[in-house]
Amino acid sequence: MAEIEIKASQWRLVEVGRVVLFTHGPYTGRLATIVEIIDHKRALVDGPSKKEHASVPRQAVSLHNLIITPIVIPKLPRQAGRGAVARAWEKEEVESKWEESAWAKRREQREKRRNLSDFDRFKVLRLKKQARFEIRKAHAKAKATAKSS
Amino acid sequence: MSSKQGASNTEHKTKKFGKTERKIPHHTQKAKKFYPAEDDAKPRKVRKSIHAARPRKTLQPGSILILLAGRFRGKRVILLKHLPQGVLLVTGPFKVNGVPLRRVNARYVIATSAKVELKGIDEKVVEKVAREGYFTRDKAQNKKEEDQFFSQGEKPEKKKMNSDRANDQKAVDKALLTTIKKEPHLIEYLGSSFSLRKGDRPHEMKW
Repeated sequence: MAEIEIKASQWRLVEVGRVVLFTHGPYTGRLATIVEIIDHKRALVDGPSKKEHASVPRQAVSLHNLIITPIVIPKLPRQAGRGAVARAWEKEEVESKWEESAWAKRREQREKRRNLSDFDRFKVLRLKKQARFEIRKAHAKAKATAKSS
Repeated sequence: MSSKQGASNTEHKTKKFGKTERKIPHHTQKAKKFYPAEDDAKPRKVRKSIHAARPRKTLQPGSILILLAGRFRGKRVILLKHLPQGVLLVTGPFKVNGVPLRRVNARYVIATSAKVELKGIDEKVVEKVAREGYFTRDKAQNKKEEDQFFSQGEKPEKKKMNSDRANDQKAVDKALLTTIKKEPHLIEYLGSSFSLRKGDRPHEMKW
């Protein structure tokens, strides 16, 4: 028989220590970590952030209301207490990792754009146009020099 | 007629019929022979009271508005003053986007959070424009239909610009333009017109 190579999947898994983002409900946009998987639909989560309007109290949540992020707190014991979770959260620097991610940055920008006034929207339009013009100009110049040489 | 006389006029008379006396009422006191088959319609009591027009809080003088209806729909204009009856006095300025001094219904307007300082504007001119009758056309100038019919061959007279109105426009806009030019992008903003793009949800947008 031929040898069969078995690889673990590259998917993000619902697992203890997985950091999740709330997409529904009163904690929308906040981070928490899975402490215990209750059943195929629900998990016990805890978000011990020290920032204002960022913490999530320990609770059982439907997985439909969450998105799982690529961040994991490794080797978080099952059903860890609140203090232990907070310590692991701090040690793993979950929040700074999240803030550096492109996902978080895009979210933040989208939120900012949504709250712009009409005049601000116009200014964004104008400035984008100016930036695009400069890029095109540089590109055309580079192209012309490449052709001639 | 004095009341005493009136009373004596409508008094009943007594008449003798054999041994008995009978009171005969005055003809005005008699019950009517006929009465209307249907009741008279009474006007319904009005339970509303007349209030002075109270404009929205966002409609402050100097704020930039987006016109939603009429010939200048989509234009961004500057609010000068509230006129009675909930009408707004507005200017383009004319040089920037072609909108003249104009009255606009407050309902057909989006107020944006952008504002322009109205400092240095000739208050007297604004007062004059805000007065009733400024925007009404002179009726005497219009010729009668008959005359128009007989002079059909001739070219109709071209509508003349009222130079007073043009001067007022310039007086109001002059100070505005200097303040507008101070802020970058503002003059282009006023010159551009608003329209909804793909995916725009006006009820969810911030102004």
